[in-house]
Amino acid sequence: MRLCLLALLSHWRRHPLQGASILTGLWLATALWTGVQALNSQARADYARASAVLATPAQAQVLPRQGQYLAQADYVTLRRAGWAVTPLLEGRLRLPGEAGGTLQVIGIEPLSLPAGSQVAGQPGEGVDLLAFIGKPGQAWIAPDTRQRLGLPLGETMPLSEGLQLPPLVEQAQLAPGVVVVDIAQAQALLQVPEQMSRLLLAGTAEPTLPAELADRLRVQPAEGADDLQRLTDSFHLNLTALGLLAFIVGLFIVHAAIGLALEQRRALLRTLRACGVGLATLLAALTLELGLFAVLSGVLGVASGYLIASLLLADVSASLRGLYGAEVAGQLSLPAIWWLAGVAISLLGALLAGLSSLVRAARLPLLALAQPQAWRQAQSRWLRGQALLALGLLVLAAICWGLGDSLVSAFVLMASLLLAAALLLPALLDGALALLARRCRGPLSEWFIADSRQQLPALSLALMALLLALAASVGVGSMTQGFRLTFSGWLDQRLAADLYVSAPNTTQTQLVMDALAAQPGVEALLPNWTLDTRLQGWPVQLQGIVDDPHYREGWPLLEQQADAWAQLAAGQGVMLSEQLARRLNLRLGERLTLPAPSGEQALPVVALYADYGNPKGQALVAADWLRRAWPEATLGSLAVHLAPSRGEAVQAWLEAAYADAGVRVIDQAGLKAWSNQVFERTFAATAALNSLTLGVAGIALFISLLTLGHSRLGQLAPLWALGLGRRQLAGLSLGQTLLLAGLTVLLAMPLGVLLAYCLVAVVNVQAFGWRLPLYIFPGQLLNLAALGLCSSLLAASGPLWQLARRQPADLLRTFAHER
Amino acid sequence: MSASRLILVMLACLLAACEQAPAPSNGFAGLGQDAADFAQVERGRPLVFPLDEGAHDGYRIEWWYVTANLTDAQGREWGVQWTLFRSALRPGPEQVGWQSPNLWMGHAGLTSPFGHQHAERLARGGIGQAGVVAEPFSAWIDDWSLRAESGTQPLLRMQAHGEAFSYDLRLHSEGPRVLHGDQGYSEKSGKGQASYYYSLPFLRVEGQVEVDGQRYPVHGQAWLDREWSSQPLAADQQGWDWFSLHLADGAKLMLFQVRQADGAHYRAGTWISATGQAQALRGEQISLQPLAHTRQAGGQQVPTRWRVQVAEHGVDVEVDAIEPNAWMGTAFPYWEGPVRLHGQPGGRGYLEMTGY
Repeated sequence: MRLCLLALLSHWRRHPLQGASILTGLWLATALWTGVQALNSQARADYARASAVLATPAQAQVLPRQGQYLAQADYVTLRRAGWAVTPLLEGRLRLPGEAGGTLQVIGIEPLSLPAGSQVAGQPGEGVDLLAFIGKPGQAWIAPDTRQRLGLPLGETMPLSEGLQLPPLVEQAQLAPGVVVVDIAQAQALLQVPEQMSRLLLAGTAEPTLPAELADRLRVQPAEGADDLQRLTDSFHLNLTALGLLAFIVGLFIVHAAIGLALEQRRALLRTLRACGVGLATLLAALTLELGLFAVLSGVLGVASGYLIASLLLADVSASLRGLYGAEVAGQLSLPAIWWLAGVAISLLGALLAGLSSLVRAARLPLLALAQPQAWRQAQSRWLRGQALLALGLLVLAAICWGLGDSLVSAFVLMASLLLAAALLLPALLDGALALLARRCRGPLSEWFIADSRQQLPALSLALMALLLALAASVGVGSMTQGFRLTFSGWLDQRLAADLYVSAPNTTQTQLVMDALAAQPGVEALLPNWTLDTRLQGWPVQLQGIVDDPHYREGWPLLEQQADAWAQLAAGQGVMLSEQLARRLNLRLGERLTLPAPSGEQALPVVALYADYGNPKGQALVAADWLRRAWPEATLGSLAVHLAPSRGEAVQAWLEAAYADAGVRVIDQAGLKAWSNQVFERTFAATAALNSLTLGVAGIALFISLLTLGHSRLGQLAPLWALGLGRRQLAGLSLGQTLLLAGLTVLLAMPLGVLLAYCLVAVVNVQAFGWRLPLYIFPGQLLNLAALGLCSSLLAASGPLWQLARRQPADLLRTFAHER
Repeated sequence: MSASRLILVMLACLLAACEQAPAPSNGFAGLGQDAADFAQVERGRPLVFPLDEGAHDGYRIEWWYVTANLTDAQGREWGVQWTLFRSALRPGPEQVGWQSPNLWMGHAGLTSPFGHQHAERLARGGIGQAGVVAEPFSAWIDDWSLRAESGTQPLLRMQAHGEAFSYDLRLHSEGPRVLHGDQGYSEKSGKGQASYYYSLPFLRVEGQVEVDGQRYPVHGQAWLDREWSSQPLAADQQGWDWFSLHLADGAKLMLFQVRQADGAHYRAGTWISATGQAQALRGEQISLQPLAHTRQAGGQQVPTRWRVQVAEHGVDVEVDAIEPNAWMGTAFPYWEGPVRLHGQPGGRGYLEMTGY
């Protein structure tokens, strides 16, 4: 066994590049996979931390019927009526300075926390009560958040407007981006004296509110803590899919290198067998050898995967915050289990990639001649097998297309399409070359084509990797670009008002609205009544809007009935966001049933509109209808249309008059800039992973060509002997590589477009609920095609440079050692 | 009955020590100075009613304490405790809102033929969740309350509940208010620690007690204690043993000892005749001897049988806990429960023991 292993390993001393390519392949595959997993698990762990900021036995909560806040006096009334409620005040705090940044403030009242509560992961009884509620108090913050914002520990921090943050105290278990303070501090910081956001109610029962409070407050079962998890699921699934793609591309490299190594060691294996080494021992030695590679590259992979993840984390956490309001820490943790998992995934990958080689080694006929021609014949059988498998995959893709209705089936569809295309690639290339061969006249050009076909099996895996990476780049690129185009057009239409004003409660908003109406230059004031509810367990926001030409003209609709806006205004219709309609499986003209407190209300769906980027469902109804059906609907925001050039003046006036009352004003440009920023951040991670994948494919091609370089001497030497110069030979070889790569790139383009179609029309629909129009960007295709060719050229240049500089003696030696 | 008094006084010390950043006017405050910023207990300050029935802002610690010995229709003995503590985190007057320096703590205890139960409530001052108003008298925390009700004679209604018990009792005052110590100035050590202290020992009780969903009409006697102070105990004082006794002949007896590490316990008390004449008792007039201990749920060995002697008034009784396990497992735990008197004269009362 030991001898056998040594004999096998000696191969790598003679072919260090092959060894390096196996290592690189496994390393890259593990690294990308680990990187994506690290990102996902960090985000998930942080969601868990977020839901553990305050864990109480509370099963229900008391909420205001109107607006964001309920009166502290109502809390006292409930306590004095014997209700075991504990108050929470939540809000955002903008930090001073240029870096700015915001913190989520959570104000708690530790004395009223029910027994068994946990604050920031520690039991409520463990709170240093007197320091927390005393003066100057404490502000709890997670160490990573404090470091990210560069805040000092243990000092009172002055904020704007004479406010100050109590001395910061680190709590390791606290969620990122959160600061927990006493409710008294929170009321001061958020400038909402004697207001609370909600009351947590201990116990499982939902008692009836006293009559005098029932018109202001309502009892609701505690919100599902997994909302964040569910909303962000599709985001993480997308990342996982990209990681998986990179992993597969990496495995292609390994597969290619292992296959080649086996091919080159046929003679050695035969000799070993002939010397009496048992098949089992031989296979064990081969497996062990593979395992060594896997362990080594697994460890390397985890380290670099961690690096990749930490580089991407800023973008990922920014887009999670922008899209879902989910806070993810700016720092990764690297638990020990990751090293094990990385090695395990590397082992799995090596096994997957090496399995066919092991099987072939097991079936190796002891006496068969190791000739290239024999390999090629075996290869053609192999090709047929591949083509059959590809057909099977295409059938699977068709089934997913026809019957699939989940994100998983969408990814299965994409994966089977990609794999089928990759498996078909050698056959297609072979066919194309065969066609070319018929047109060739002259020995050199015939040799050129025939030899290309001869190279094909060895290069096919690298070419497959190139195909996959390019197609993925085209697909993802088209989708991103197309989304950007659709999104900004949609945003332009949707954000038509000049200013958007929000106030803490209905009364405030109405005050602002009345005051605004008297301002010069205000052309239209569009109040936006809202109500949060759940439809089939999904969080949905109902928006009550008034009848106004700005909506008719500006609000983009995807589908509509003839007089949709009139029906909506009359309270006889509802418009649904695309994702809500898909989720509820409702079509135009069907009726949506809404669970109003006065009884169920059904309205026909009169139009569908796009609502990109919103993880929740949304429905438009007439404001009057909404307020009749739900008296607790709140007036949270106003859209203000202004006469030209009045924007700044009105905004300045609003900010001066109402900033203290918690009124926020944002202008159209600011809102658009923010939306676009979220968008860019969201796709930054995608684009980065994608270009990494393309890089991996380039490396795969390079390694394949490099390993091939040596064995190609045998084919090139006769041509040299016939009088072709070394430079000419190198040129011919380059031409061959470019021909194969060019054909692959050509095939990758339609595949990429198909992929883009799958992404916008299937994956997006399943992941986010919206479908995008398919855009094809010829410039982008050309760019990527050029990039693919360039990377092949680059990959080919190294081996060719070697070839061009080969000593004639090397070429001569080939004849001496003719196999 | 000052059980938690000690604990609360200790709590108050703790609070003072925890004040991390005292206002500049407090100086670089050590404990003593800090305490000095609270209002001080002084001999000779006359108590004024009904004003002194309310809260004394500016003093560090204060309590309203009712204990009742009750009998049900079957003649079984019950005990009820209702307590509201006020503890100030900082010197200074009460303020509206969360800026209030006050913390409030409510304790309710019920000793029934089926065992002892207790409950606890905590609240911040200033927001109305807990507080005391002198006139018309009302003391409350959440939905527990002790408040005046209109009637032909002074009448208090007392309510509280825990997980599996509740009570709703009416207290009729049938005797005078009694000032302890020197006209309400009650010393707690030989070193100047003192509090203002008065009682309403002549309260007749009737009402209902509910345990595990079962209601029991009850009647009996109650004792209301009022005490406020700012000074912590001396460092070597470990705990209290406090007796409030309704003697069979109609007289009342209040006795306490503050246990000191050196064994030289500080004792004092008040003899109250059946007509309400009070006479302060000095330490040497009182003999208190623990006779038997009971192990509590928390592992503490607590003396639940005592020999109590006040020879001058012919008192020589064995004071025996009706429920030896009347442990108050609250945030600051102590023992508090009804007792029966055997000997001359008989009677019943309440016993409170802290620091075990």
